[in-house]
Amino acid sequence: MSLRATTSQTIGPYLRIGLEWMVIEDLAPKGVTGERVRLEGRVVDGDGKPVNDAAIEIWQANSQGKYASGEDKQEKPVEAGFRGYGRSLTDEGGHFRFRTIKPGRVPGPQGRLQAPHLVVTIFMRGLLKQLVTRVYFPDEPANAEDPVLGLVPPERRATLIAKKKGEGALEWNVVLQGSNETVFFDF
Amino acid sequence: MNEPAPYRRPYPSTQPEYLFPKYASTVKRAPKEPLVVLPHTLSELTAPVFGYGDVKETDHDLTRQHQGEPLGERIVVSGRVLDENGKPLPGVLVEIWQANAAGRYNHRVDQHDAPLDPNFAGAGRFLTDAAGTYRFMTIRPGEYPWRNHYNAWRPAHIHFSLFGPAIVTRLITQMYFPGDPLLDYDPMFTCVSDEKARNRLISTFDWETTMPEYALGYRFDIVLRGREQTPMEKRPMETRR
Repeated sequence: MSLRATTSQTIGPYLRIGLEWMVIEDLAPKGVTGERVRLEGRVVDGDGKPVNDAAIEIWQANSQGKYASGEDKQEKPVEAGFRGYGRSLTDEGGHFRFRTIKPGRVPGPQGRLQAPHLVVTIFMRGLLKQLVTRVYFPDEPANAEDPVLGLVPPERRATLIAKKKGEGALEWNVVLQGSNETVFFDF
Repeated sequence: MNEPAPYRRPYPSTQPEYLFPKYASTVKRAPKEPLVVLPHTLSELTAPVFGYGDVKETDHDLTRQHQGEPLGERIVVSGRVLDENGKPLPGVLVEIWQANAAGRYNHRVDQHDAPLDPNFAGAGRFLTDAAGTYRFMTIRPGEYPWRNHYNAWRPAHIHFSLFGPAIVTRLITQMYFPGDPLLDYDPMFTCVSDEKARNRLISTFDWETTMPEYALGYRFDIVLRGREQTPMEKRPMETRR
């Protein structure tokens, strides 16, 4: 049997009604291993105005580089209490925030290891389908050999790398249009 | 480790483009730079797993979340979640939200001059069973005006959000009702040129799930992206179409 995927539609402006019950901004409760990070940022549109009705979802491996998913067949342990999924809904200023741990490296194409990263899915009014992007970590030597970052034009790579804002604090913004437009992927 | 099979890319004209000026809000929000084609690595082929601990038994019934019953026509909305290879998908978290019977959302941004219903919040959740089936009890949402263009009205719809087995199968869509005269004028419903794809967003009236003297049944099956099959399996499928 061969079917075709259902057409995507916008999340619309009233996403909070359906999605607020499962806001997860703290992914790593006490006891979860790994380097703790606080990731904060803001979403702005083509006029530089904050987007106050976006859902930002992140997906990541644990500190060992293992996803809490049956599809990850690596012989590495999953960690109790760490699902690796987060959801933040932007506030009036377009801000979102997560507390999590820096993930380990996971395999990429041809068995090459990827640099630590978060997969980011973005929904909002005005998007008929989600945007998909990634966040990489600053001061990470593995970024230089990451097979996905390597596909991004060098002058745009910086939009995918969070900026250090103090001990354990990272800033990463989503710029929908204009100079410094965030790199989004055709997924 | 073998390279896992990637997910199929969308069939032409069955998924919207980001920029669609008839839907005015896309103009300042659609990316302008070219997208970078993302290989499907382990990061894209995995997704969070949800369980029965994530949803309550009562989450699927939007008519029983308050003291009294909501106003409006009770309906049963059910269907199956499958992938493009026809495989039922169990354990898919389905989240829905909608306007009340008068066409008003329980949300501060919605200022439409229609009454709120204290007995209707308009949100529900379901985890698909082993056969990929979900079922909600709710009320039929009303149509409502919006400011996209002069005299713009949204057809009645229910928002659906689904997680599948992979991050790239994540889907948010809207379910419509058969025979709605507003569909052909709606920039969201008409956002893709493939007419069959559009029509799959319209639920069908269903006697089987209609409950005597209680509620009409509507059926809405949802297809998430499926994995590429091996070339041997794939070829006959494609020539058949």
